[in-house]
Amino acid sequence: MGQLRALTVSQQVGLLFVVLFGLLALVTIVAFGRSLRNLSPAQTAQRERFAIELRALWLGALLFWVSWASGPLGSTLLFGFVSFFALREFVTLTHTRRADHRALLLAFFVILPMQYVLVGTSLLNAFTVFIPVYVFFAIPVISALANDPFRFLERTAKIQWGITVTVYGMSHAPALLLLDLPGYHERGAFLVLFLVLVVVAAQLGQEYASRRLRRRPVARAISRSFSWRAFGAGAGAAAIVGVLLYWVTPFKPLAALAMGAIAGAAGTLGEFVMMALKRDAGVRNLRGGSSVTGAVGLLDRVAPLCFAAPVFFHSVRGYFGI
Amino acid sequence: MTLPEAAGLALAFVARLVTGAQGHWHGSTPKAEQRIYFANHQSHFDWVLIWAALPHDLRAVTRPIAARDYWTATPLKHWITREIFNAVYVSRQRAKDGSGEDEDPLEPLMEALRHGDSLVIFPEGTRGHAAEPAPFKSGLFALAEAFPDVQLIPTWIDNVQRVMPKGEVVPVPILCAVVFGAPIALAGGEDRRAFLDRARAAVMALRGVV
Repeated sequence: MGQLRALTVSQQVGLLFVVLFGLLALVTIVAFGRSLRNLSPAQTAQRERFAIELRALWLGALLFWVSWASGPLGSTLLFGFVSFFALREFVTLTHTRRADHRALLLAFFVILPMQYVLVGTSLLNAFTVFIPVYVFFAIPVISALANDPFRFLERTAKIQWGITVTVYGMSHAPALLLLDLPGYHERGAFLVLFLVLVVVAAQLGQEYASRRLRRRPVARAISRSFSWRAFGAGAGAAAIVGVLLYWVTPFKPLAALAMGAIAGAAGTLGEFVMMALKRDAGVRNLRGGSSVTGAVGLLDRVAPLCFAAPVFFHSVRGYFGI
Repeated sequence: MTLPEAAGLALAFVARLVTGAQGHWHGSTPKAEQRIYFANHQSHFDWVLIWAALPHDLRAVTRPIAARDYWTATPLKHWITREIFNAVYVSRQRAKDGSGEDEDPLEPLMEALRHGDSLVIFPEGTRGHAAEPAPFKSGLFALAEAFPDVQLIPTWIDNVQRVMPKGEVVPVPILCAVVFGAPIALAGGEDRRAFLDRARAAVMALRGVV
């Protein structure tokens, strides 16, 4: 794969496009072929679920590709909007009170845009400390001013946690564009793609393994499908995809493998955490369909990325010592 | 496209961005039949939410009720309710007109229904903030009696009190749902109170659906 590395940026972009959408088209064709056979009702239901997932994957891939190809502004805007929808779903799931109104307005209309402006203007230090320092300070102040002591710590903690996951975590994906890595000018966008693809690979690998292996779940009350074996399979799938993509990254093959595994593992564990949260909020239907007030399940899909992005971002920084 | 149409589309877009404004149809379908939707009322945002949850072609023939004194007070309020929503104006007080006779406050609604339009009404009469809707006022009964052919669709609006609590002006983005239920009809010889309680129960029964 050494010669792939020597290709120009536009050649690499074209190649990735063919591979990514070729794979998706292949899966779609195979799924369609299978749907023509006679199936039992249970199998039909499974196929339908798969078809919904596949459609979401197509939509996500197209959307991501368009914004990714349109440059830094496009990707920053895309992740900004995804953050907005994820935070909206998070707030819907948590029980906020009237007194939280101002704090929530601050979160949606000041903090979220601010964080992405900081990403867009390449203010690396400000972007790193804005939410853990300044927002952490501002949210409880605004909440306390609303004059409602009922479950105060719980309410402010939930808002802060939601912002940290859906805004701070997510914003680390477009922030990869900021990193000025040695010998890797103008190619930060490939890192974003790398991150998204390894996280998706980890999800698919884990899902597939948990269906096939039927291992004992680690935490039955939270997830019936999460087992260490399936988790390992997810991280392994991410590592393999990481190596296969090493030619678009600034890493050596072995480092690409490790980075893929780290991001994949973080993403899978993040999804596991999000499942615990949904159980707490009383949502039975974890994927697709309408659940609480028609929450569309976007949070489920992007949570792995929210958890993986900061870990990946700082792993890359650590690896290059910047 | 005219200005009110564009403003309407923009408003529906904002409502969807903020609340998702998902319409769920359980027991009825979004068809262009003449209907009265009756719903629980918790926020100024309720009407916009129902309106945004309706399919585009139904929005044009579905009209809200607006208090004349409040919604015609400034040119902007008047323009929004008249041009975008095509609201039916009602007077809150029973004003004596020249002949010394009471004007029936339901008369503008009856007029709109005779004209073939659909209506959205909030039979509680005022915005509530309790978990359960207040007892329904009798206007719904009078309309059901006068127009037996118009479908009465119970409607439950979920979560909107969190979007914009009473006294706040900026909405917080939180997902809401609007559930449209199966139509109810006035039974022959049904008592007014019994019918209103049944209508309220039909709205509340939609709570668990989403």
